[in-house]
Amino acid sequence: MRRSRIYRSVGVVWLALTLAAIAYATRLALVVAPTEATMGNVQRIFYYHVPTSMLSLLFPYVNLVASLFYLYWRRRDPLRALAADAVAIAAAEVTVVYSSLCLLTGMLWGRAAWGIWWTWDARLTSMLLLWLLYVSYLMLRKLSSTGQTQTLAAVLSVFAAIDVPIVYMSIQWWRTQHPAPVFFGGPDSGIDPSMMPAFGWNVLGWAMWGVFLLMFRYALERRRQESEQEAALKAIEAPLEMAQ
Amino acid sequence: MSYFGCVFTHLRKDLQLEWRSRDSVVGMLFFALLVVIIFSLAFDPTAAISREIAGGILWVALLFASFTALNQSWTREQRNRVLDAQRMSSAPPSALFLGKALANLIFVSFVEVVLAPLFIVFYNLHALGEGWMFAIVMPLGTWALVCNGTFFAALGLRTRFRELMLPLILVPISLPALLGMMQATTAILTGESDPGMWIRLLIGYNIIFTMVCMLLFETVLGAE
Repeated sequence: MRRSRIYRSVGVVWLALTLAAIAYATRLALVVAPTEATMGNVQRIFYYHVPTSMLSLLFPYVNLVASLFYLYWRRRDPLRALAADAVAIAAAEVTVVYSSLCLLTGMLWGRAAWGIWWTWDARLTSMLLLWLLYVSYLMLRKLSSTGQTQTLAAVLSVFAAIDVPIVYMSIQWWRTQHPAPVFFGGPDSGIDPSMMPAFGWNVLGWAMWGVFLLMFRYALERRRQESEQEAALKAIEAPLEMAQ
Repeated sequence: MSYFGCVFTHLRKDLQLEWRSRDSVVGMLFFALLVVIIFSLAFDPTAAISREIAGGILWVALLFASFTALNQSWTREQRNRVLDAQRMSSAPPSALFLGKALANLIFVSFVEVVLAPLFIVFYNLHALGEGWMFAIVMPLGTWALVCNGTFFAALGLRTRFRELMLPLILVPISLPALLGMMQATTAILTGESDPGMWIRLLIGYNIIFTMVCMLLFETVLGAE
């Protein structure tokens, strides 16, 4: 009982810090950061687009690692495997949220900067595929009957993780319109130092928000699993009690 | 029995079953034909345009058609609880998978062979590139569809809305392969670019996913 109380207060503090970080980051991004030379105020969407895209590439790895642990523990340690599965589903849902945000902000920016909402470019297509894969992952979880869901979903997660790099390479051969990565993308890449704080705080704030969502969803899934186990136990015990 | 003996036995069983009923090949063939006709009717393309779009249409038709056959191929095993017997048998599960995937490869290839002349008629096609390369692209593309398709049909076997589940999973995963097949086919038909790069992509995709499917099939078959 005490442990869950500690978890709850840690969660509340974390949420408060997250909201504060996001509020500060929003001020930096919208007010403090200088206006970009060629694109003007439109460029400010960068502070949301790039952090969400970075994070939506991070959470699939959480999902993959959790799925691999699930497959490993499935027979050896079923209780731990269930915890790994709860992490996997939480990570998959956060991935869908962040990649949706990335796609939406990207479309808005693309419309303003390129004059088009969408183009079949390497990065756009890979992100769309990432979104499709994780939506199909969630569909599989929703539609498969209980009992096998976790195993099937973990297998699909492995496939998805292999697929994304292949797509990225294949479409890079095909066509590329998206600008080269802003960071680590060659000699001309990088942003003005005065923009750095706004960017950094946004990455931090949205990463904290993602972790909060992940842990919240994890706790929720754990409770669902517990209530499911209790219901199953009751169902087993019911005929025994009747017999007495 | 050796591993390849098991694969061959599974393959022979599937071919024999299909030979007796001819359900899935006939269904697939007619379905693909309908898709080809509908696209031709909708766009009524000239020779130049049809070279551009035919690669896409051909593979979309085959993709849709193979869904019907792939779903059928495992439902067949569920009758009389054959699949439970397979699960208990000492034969390696990946041999079951490989046999089934090879059988599906043969069925879809048969559909392609029958469909090809009709396709040429409806779209006024003649390849400007090197036509013999179809002999490489078609089997590679078909295997890319069929290998993952067989796997995901088995994965979706115990889900609700089984028929719907397969396309929902297979299409996103197959996207790079689909892009490869369509681009390679278009490159051969128009003769404007070199299909070699796309063929290499298909080879890589096939090797990677065949291995993953064979490694994970036991997990999926035994999922309780």
